[in-house]
Amino acid sequence: MKKTAFTTALRDTIPVLTGYLFLGAGFGILMNENGFGIGWSVAMALFILAGSGQYLAVGLLAARAGLVNIAVATLLVNARHLFYGISLVDTYKNTGLKKYYMIFGLTDETYSLVTQAKTDPRIDHGTYCFFVTALNHCYWICGCALGSILGATLPISFEGVDFVLTALFVTMFIEQWLSSTNHLPALIGLGSTALCLLIFGSDYFLIPSMILIAALLILARAKARRMPYA
Amino acid sequence: MPDTYLIAAIAVAALVTAATRFLPFLIFGNGKKTPDIIVYLGKVLPYAIMGMLVVYCLKNVSFISAPFALPELISCAVVAILHIWKRNTLLSIAAGTVGYMLLIQFVF
Repeated sequence: MKKTAFTTALRDTIPVLTGYLFLGAGFGILMNENGFGIGWSVAMALFILAGSGQYLAVGLLAARAGLVNIAVATLLVNARHLFYGISLVDTYKNTGLKKYYMIFGLTDETYSLVTQAKTDPRIDHGTYCFFVTALNHCYWICGCALGSILGATLPISFEGVDFVLTALFVTMFIEQWLSSTNHLPALIGLGSTALCLLIFGSDYFLIPSMILIAALLILARAKARRMPYA
Repeated sequence: MPDTYLIAAIAVAALVTAATRFLPFLIFGNGKKTPDIIVYLGKVLPYAIMGMLVVYCLKNVSFISAPFALPELISCAVVAILHIWKRNTLLSIAAGTVGYMLLIQFVF
């Protein structure tokens, strides 16, 4: 098969396909259990496109939580997206109208693929990023719809398959580690998040982690500037 | 009759999510020269964020009660070692995931 932006995106997103089908199905099943049909699942996959955000929303919708409550809770889990755009302002600059869709669809998994260390110089990176975004969006919609249709009737146990997304981030982490001689940013990311998880607990650690990461990265730069030959 | 509460609630979640994604582009993507510090952060953040996402995925894993995060640690190690050795993304991910499923379903 000829190597194009589309086929490369298709190959690179296979792990996301696996992860999104199962995580999406889990979401659809959860929606069913709370009395929301396939239409609502698909609408959320189409317009929200955020794994943990959608999982969180199910409980809030079922409890008929206030809109302000929903806004704050969504902001807390999705605040990490604020960091993603910072790396992509230049990458997405000259991609025309596609840019708005690519920003809308910027999930953790899409971010990890579009910022990966290895890029093929023969394919247009903007087009590649667009296909990665669109394919991942399709996988997610299919997964959510599938879960709503199947309900909890799957015959064999797929328990643990969601680890595929953890594994994706571990490979991207290793790939970036091997491609760089400066391991400080990677260690800052890992260390700050682990520390904040210990201090703040699994519900509130993301925003403190982001602040600590940004502060330490800026500090590391200031220090490197003072000692240019270090 | 359509449930207006649900429509409004989903719209709010969608708008807030989109806002978290668009905000950096609205602030820094306006054609003016991007500030140095943001260019710097943009370059180093992917390295830090992959570390953050790995921890984020493991946030609900307990290290103080059985099985002491062993399935997760073993599987992450398999992915990392295999990837350093073969540099084949799909192979690393597939082996780690299948290994993890076997570990939690049959071993621990």
